[in-house]
Amino acid sequence: MKTRKFLRKLPLFLLTLPVLFFIYFPILWLFSASLSNQVDLFALPMHWIPLHPTLKNYLDIIFPSLASNSVPRTFAVALLNSLKIASAVTIISLVIGSMAAYALARIPFKYSRGILLGIIATRMIPEVSLILPLFIIASSLQLINKPIILIITYMSFALPFAIWMMVAFFQTVPIELEDAARMDGCSRLGILFRIVIPISVPGLVSTAMFIFLLAWDEFFYALIFTSTLASKTAPVAMSEFVGRYAININGMMAGGILAALPPVILALAFQRYIVRGMTSGAVKG
Amino acid sequence: MTANSKNLPRRQLSLRKQDGRTAWLLVLPALAVILGVTLWPIIYTFILSFFHAPTGINQVRTFVGLGNYLEMVKDPTFWETIGRTMYFTVASVGVEMVLGMGVALLIHSHPWGWKFLRFSLIIPWAMPTIVNGAMWRWIYSADFGALNGLLSQLGLIKHYIPWLSLPNLAMPLVILADVWHMMPFVALILQAALATLPLELDEAAAVDGANAFQRFLKITLPLLRPAILVALIARTVDAFRVFDIVYVLTNGGPANKTLTITFLTYLNSFPWGKQGIGASLSFLISVFTISMALIFIRFLYRPEENQ
Repeated sequence: MKTRKFLRKLPLFLLTLPVLFFIYFPILWLFSASLSNQVDLFALPMHWIPLHPTLKNYLDIIFPSLASNSVPRTFAVALLNSLKIASAVTIISLVIGSMAAYALARIPFKYSRGILLGIIATRMIPEVSLILPLFIIASSLQLINKPIILIITYMSFALPFAIWMMVAFFQTVPIELEDAARMDGCSRLGILFRIVIPISVPGLVSTAMFIFLLAWDEFFYALIFTSTLASKTAPVAMSEFVGRYAININGMMAGGILAALPPVILALAFQRYIVRGMTSGAVKG
Repeated sequence: MTANSKNLPRRQLSLRKQDGRTAWLLVLPALAVILGVTLWPIIYTFILSFFHAPTGINQVRTFVGLGNYLEMVKDPTFWETIGRTMYFTVASVGVEMVLGMGVALLIHSHPWGWKFLRFSLIIPWAMPTIVNGAMWRWIYSADFGALNGLLSQLGLIKHYIPWLSLPNLAMPLVILADVWHMMPFVALILQAALATLPLELDEAAAVDGANAFQRFLKITLPLLRPAILVALIARTVDAFRVFDIVYVLTNGGPANKTLTITFLTYLNSFPWGKQGIGASLSFLISVFTISMALIFIRFLYRPEENQ
C-alpha cells in the first residue's frame, strides 16, 4: 500500500520540478548578477555563482553618497519616489474609494447601479487612451516632472479598482449590525466609520496591497510625465539603464531586486487575499 | 432593499431622502476624480482624433474629419501592427491559459511541496513588469546572457546567439517573458476555483468508470467555466494593450517585428509628434477594450449575487 502511494506521488512530484525550475531560474540568475562584480559578470565562460560575491551593489544604492557611479544614485532617488507616490495613491484612493463604495454597496439611491457599472467600465480604459489630454493639461499647468501629476493620474486605475473591490467587501458586512446601529440613532457616516470599516479591515488591507502593487508597477504615465532625476520612478529609472552596456549591469540588477522586493514581500505576506483581488478584476498592466 | 417607497410610512420616507443626500455626498469626491482623469480625457481624445494635431510651439490644429482614421487604415504598418498584436495576444494568453491550467491541476493533486509551488507562483506575478523585462533582456543577452550560457553548457548550441536581434524569434521571446510573468496569475485563479469544487461528482463519475481525462473534460472543465472566463478575459484585455515589456525588451524591434498597437500609438503621440493619429489609434484601442469590458461585466456582474 505504501509503495503504491509512493509510486503514484512520485510522477506528480517530478512534474513540479520543471515548473519550479522555470520560476526560479530567472530569479536566481538576476540575484546572482546582483551579487557579482563587474569583472566577473563579463567573464567567459560564465559563472552561475559569482566568483567574488559582493554586497557592494546593494550598499551603493542604500548609501548613495558613497557610490562612485550614477546608477546607484539614480536608483536610490527613484525607489524613494516610487515609495512616496505608491503610498500616496494607496491612501487617497482608499479614503475616497471606501466612502463611495459604502454608498454604492449599502445605500439605495437613484442611479447607484449605473454609477457602479460606469466605474467598473472605466477600469478597462487603457492608459494610452487618456494620455494625450492628460499630457496637454499637465504641460499647461506645469505639472510635468512633479510627483503630484503621477498621484493624480494614477487615480484613473486606482480609484475604480478600490471602489470595485471594496463594494464586494462591504456587501459581506451583516446588514443586521447596521440596522441595530441605526435603531440606536447612529448616522450613516457613524455606521461607516464605527462599524463597517472596522469589520472590513481585512478587505481594506488587501485592497491597499493591490493598489500599492498597481501603482508601484505603473510605467506608462511615469515614462511620459517624468524625466528628471528628482521625479522619475523606479520602473522609469530601470528602463533607462536597460540596454546601455557601458553602465554597470550588476548595479542595475541590484536595483531591480530592490524594486521587486516591496511588491513581492507584500504579495507573499497577504497571499491568501490575492486570488480574491484577482477575481475582482485586477487587470495588471 | 427594493421595497417600493410609496408603501413606506412618512418618517422612513424622509430618512430615505436623507439617505440619498448622504449617498451622493459620499460618492461625489470619487465621481469628480473619475470624471476628471478618465471621462473627460477619453472625450478629449475622441475629439482630438478628428484633428490634424502636430506637437510643437505655434502648431495649429486643423479639423480633418475622418482623415486620421483613413490615413491609419491605408497604412500597411497599421494592419501589420494589428496582426502582430493579435499574434502576441492569442499566443501569450493561449500559452498562459494552458500552462496555468496544468499548474493549477498539478497543485490540486497535492504532490509533495504543493504549498511551496503555490507560494512560488506569487513571486513572478508580483514582480514589476519593467524589472521582469530587464531581467529577461539580460537573460537573452547575446554576449553574457544566461540563455546562451545554459544552452552552450548543455551542448545544445556551439556559438552564442543574439536572440533578440533575430526577427522571427523576437516576438516568441517577448511572449516567453510575458508567460513567465502572467502564467502564475492564471494558475492561482484556477487553482483557487478548483479547491472550491464539490468532490462528490468527480467520485461518482470515477465509480461509474470514467477515466481521469474524461472526468476533467466532462466535469471539472464545465464547473471551472466562470474562473476560466475571468482569467481569459482579464488576460486578453491586458495582453492586447501590451506596452511595458515590449518597451524594455525590444523597443519594437528588430525591424518592427515586435511593434504592437499601443507601442505604435505611443510613437505617434510622443516621439513622432502626430497627436491626431495617436488619438485615433488610442480611441480604437479603447473601443476594443471597452467591448471586452462589457463582456467581462456581462459574465461577472450577476445581479442575483447582490440580493
